[in-house]
Amino acid sequence: MILDGKCPTGPIEKSWDKHRFEMKLVNPANKRKFKVIIVGTGLAGGAAAATMGELGYNVEAYCYQDSTRRAHSIAAQGGINAAKNYHNDGDSVFRLFYDTIKGGDFRAREADVWRLAQVSNNIIDQCVAQGVPFAREYSGLLANRSFGGAQVSRTFYARGQTGQQLLLGAYQALARQAKAGTVKLRPRTEMLDLVVVDGVAKGITFRNLVTGEIETSWGDAVVLATGGYVNVFYLSTNAMGCSVTAAWKASRKGAFMANPCYTQIHPTCIPQSGDHQSKLTLMSESLRNDGRCWVPKRKEDCEKAPADIADEDRDYYLERKYPSFGNLAPRDIASRAAKEQCDDDRGVGPGKRGVYLDYKSAIDRVGEDTIRERYGNLFDMYEKITDENAYKQPMRIYPAPHYSMGGLWVDYNCMSNIPGLFVLGEANFSVHGANRLGASALMQGLADGYFVIPYTIGNYLATVKPGEVKDDHPEFKKSVEEVQGRIDKLMSINGKRSVSSFHRELGKIMWNNVGMARSEASLKEALKLIPELRAEFWQNLKVTGDKNQRNGQLEDAGRVADFLEFAEVMTTDALHREESCGGHFRVEHQTDDGEAMRDDEKFCYVAAWEYKGEGKAPELHKEPLKFENVKLAVRSYK
Amino acid sequence: MNLTLYVWRQNGPEDKGKLEQYEAKNVSPDSSFLEMLDEVNQELIEHGVEPIEFDNDCREGICGTCGCVVNGIPHGPQEKTTACQLHMRQFKDGDSLTLEPWRAKAFPVIKDLAVDRTALDKIIQAGGYTSAYTGEVGEANQTLISKPDADYAMDAAECIGCGACVAACPNGSAMLFTSAKVAQLAVLPQGQIEAAERVKNMTEAMLNAGFGNCTNHYECQAACPKGVSVKFIAKLNREYIKALPK
Amino acid sequence: MAVTGFVLVSFIIVHLLGNSSVFVGADGINAYAEHLHALGPVVWIFRLVMLAVFALHIIFGIQLTLENRAARPIDYNQKKNIRTSFGAETMIYTGLVILAFVVYHLLHFTMHVTNPEISVGVLPADALGRADVFTMVVLSFQKFFVSLVYAGAMVAVLLHLSHGVQSLFQTLGCLGANTLPVMEKIGRAAAIVIFVGFISIPVSILLGLIKV
Repeated sequence: MILDGKCPTGPIEKSWDKHRFEMKLVNPANKRKFKVIIVGTGLAGGAAAATMGELGYNVEAYCYQDSTRRAHSIAAQGGINAAKNYHNDGDSVFRLFYDTIKGGDFRAREADVWRLAQVSNNIIDQCVAQGVPFAREYSGLLANRSFGGAQVSRTFYARGQTGQQLLLGAYQALARQAKAGTVKLRPRTEMLDLVVVDGVAKGITFRNLVTGEIETSWGDAVVLATGGYVNVFYLSTNAMGCSVTAAWKASRKGAFMANPCYTQIHPTCIPQSGDHQSKLTLMSESLRNDGRCWVPKRKEDCEKAPADIADEDRDYYLERKYPSFGNLAPRDIASRAAKEQCDDDRGVGPGKRGVYLDYKSAIDRVGEDTIRERYGNLFDMYEKITDENAYKQPMRIYPAPHYSMGGLWVDYNCMSNIPGLFVLGEANFSVHGANRLGASALMQGLADGYFVIPYTIGNYLATVKPGEVKDDHPEFKKSVEEVQGRIDKLMSINGKRSVSSFHRELGKIMWNNVGMARSEASLKEALKLIPELRAEFWQNLKVTGDKNQRNGQLEDAGRVADFLEFAEVMTTDALHREESCGGHFRVEHQTDDGEAMRDDEKFCYVAAWEYKGEGKAPELHKEPLKFENVKLAVRSYK
Repeated sequence: MNLTLYVWRQNGPEDKGKLEQYEAKNVSPDSSFLEMLDEVNQELIEHGVEPIEFDNDCREGICGTCGCVVNGIPHGPQEKTTACQLHMRQFKDGDSLTLEPWRAKAFPVIKDLAVDRTALDKIIQAGGYTSAYTGEVGEANQTLISKPDADYAMDAAECIGCGACVAACPNGSAMLFTSAKVAQLAVLPQGQIEAAERVKNMTEAMLNAGFGNCTNHYECQAACPKGVSVKFIAKLNREYIKALPK
Repeated sequence: MAVTGFVLVSFIIVHLLGNSSVFVGADGINAYAEHLHALGPVVWIFRLVMLAVFALHIIFGIQLTLENRAARPIDYNQKKNIRTSFGAETMIYTGLVILAFVVYHLLHFTMHVTNPEISVGVLPADALGRADVFTMVVLSFQKFFVSLVYAGAMVAVLLHLSHGVQSLFQTLGCLGANTLPVMEKIGRAAAIVIFVGFISIPVSILLGLIKV
């Protein structure tokens, strides 16, 4: 099937305004009759719930955390982009649009990206009105910083906690609606099924994580804003509870999973220190502004203390390979370069999976105090975790899974191929193409939540009768039985292995075979190993405790079970995409000097996968990508 | 290193609960406190014992989900550090650790070390926001905010809502949490319009939720993983006095 | 608490200044006492206001303590306080001790119930015909047990004020990040000065530095 993104036609500059005008509206008096279910309360879900509550819809907001304030959007450090051009440095909506399309390696939809760039400015206005304490100049004006992948200064920030502050802004707006009674908050719940009635999304089935009860809720529309899936690698910068579960349940009910192979591996993370490790910690990309990446030139030097390795015996590999961008090469490129050095056996630190990020020359140049001013909090965090003082010895860093550009397929209205099911933020695939630029994730989440879905959902709801299907419909009963059956199955296996041992093993398979560099052989290997591990999971899993109360093991088991199914689709997508682009690097498709080689002839499309049942190959649907405003070009950072 | 743990086990809100002894063996000093608990849980699962339930999520010290009282101190002995960022090298081989949940009437125990902190959300719902509708709210740079004011607001906004202040306070008061939001919004022009209503409603909500009163022990600041200052409590008090005649 | 506390602290300071006239000798304190009595109904208004403030302070204090205890129905098995002080932790106890002391103090010097044999009503007037407060005070504090009770009560006052003074300024919203530590020091210093000031009277009398 050829998918239609339903993008507006005509000049792109007018596309969103024109579309906004053409969309149908819901009468204000009728809005409260419509019930909207929102799953996930991060930037996208929280903003959407607050805004739709304001509009008068009857909203229910679900999240697995104990409060809607804790979604993982909170961990974003760097900032949020907007085309304000406050610095008169040549920024514009078009430039932000262009940078995002190019940064995404020409694998995103033009109209969606344009809209994102256009509403980016409204986001900043909105957040300031909410009392988000963005950094300010002494003049009292908003401050900006530069970020990777752009030549203008357009990133707004709140110290190293921009995500936290933006999320708290949305959370507070949501709290206001909760008090007003327009939004009902349901924290500590996990969506375990999408209820589809006659091909239309009509509600969800979820588990109350405190009592263990399986409950249902009907809705005239269901909005998923449930984040990304890089915890499929087990070790990632995501929170422990981040999972593909909600998206995957929708996928099992017919929603297409688009471009799942596009995963972002962030170059500056603290390396793994041992097998006990449960997650990896990201350190802001800004560190590469002053740090120099290097590894020893000779393998035998790797065990030496870094200070004992003379300058001429060090390989400043980014400066060597990319003389013009040097240590500021984009994320995907810097990550791959670090991996190459470690694959060449020249990595440092435990397990030899790490490279040095050295501040010596920066400290010599500007002094330790200046470096402390710029990165003090990051150096402190590094010391807390590694017990090493980065002012005295180089940091060790290594890439780690960080973000998923892929996600559920949506059209221009953020609606999936299942009518009534909307997908926002990281959970959808729409704007980042094959690689996301820094400070763009926050922008997308809030754009979708504050400024896109409130309009587009009305266009859909205007066509349905409110409350037509409620919990008493037989589909809900069927869904509860299915969910209950799966939980009973997980509880009754009573094997020998813990959930986390399976998750770790899956993570290893994915990281080694579907990680930063993928080959036909490695992907086929993964496609052999994943079903084997899945089979063992369903025979040898051990979940302790009771299903009728809080049970962390059971929660994790359900999530890992979904990862074990999803991983196969992700690998299949990676195997089918015979090109290298952005976060997807196929070793067969590289230039002579090891750079990614895109194939626009054959792969300039969105790959949307339809789930066909357990043990069956997913079916591929394509949405061709057209570039009318930006010319397809090779990304070069040399 | 090897440690002896005394962990509060409570099978649900109605259960009485008690401290149970466990051994944590071969703990890597490089592992985090929660990873140490993960390993203890692994062993419990292998022996068919229900693992220790504790809340956690981001494990990088920002989401505010984790936290338990370690040897009498919320989030453990290291200053300005959440439990997930606490590393085992802070302890010595042979140490014994007592782990208890946050204890406050407003934070009923859900299970073991996990507590229900909905009461904090109720305080925010009482007024911890500006009533700005989404839409055309005016150009961001139209209202100037001095850098010191913006920095002050940001210092207050650092709060991660973990509840350690309540756990540490001898009175079980949520004054530091409440004051951080009151102060952040009171110093910004956007928040000043509703300042009087906000401080009254939020303080009232705090007391209605069952939190205690502030008697200036300053334990909250000492326990706060983000170092939020009690100067915001003084600010709340000022705002409260200002609001009295209104 | 803070407002009533402030009034009470102010009263204590005035009271201390008045009392220190004992060091001047019989002339000082007897003149002071005479002067106060000459104010007539004003003294009574003042006494009633102080009584009301004191009562409010006690009622609030007890209510606060009960509310705060209710906020943590199940206590920790192990709890380590890092920042607070012994004075802050024992406010309710030192407060109750002070209450008991004030009752005794009034029975002793104002109503002459506890040691009637050396009260102003029994003692002859001084040379100028004034009530001889000086002799009453000196004879009282020459009794070791009486001095001990006063000294013990002053320890309670010391602890109570060591927290109370800075706390009241914090509660009134007067402090900031820089002024709080300074006020904590001032509060402690003030508590010590008041303690030393009050206790110097019985000590001086016991040591024989002041005698009839």
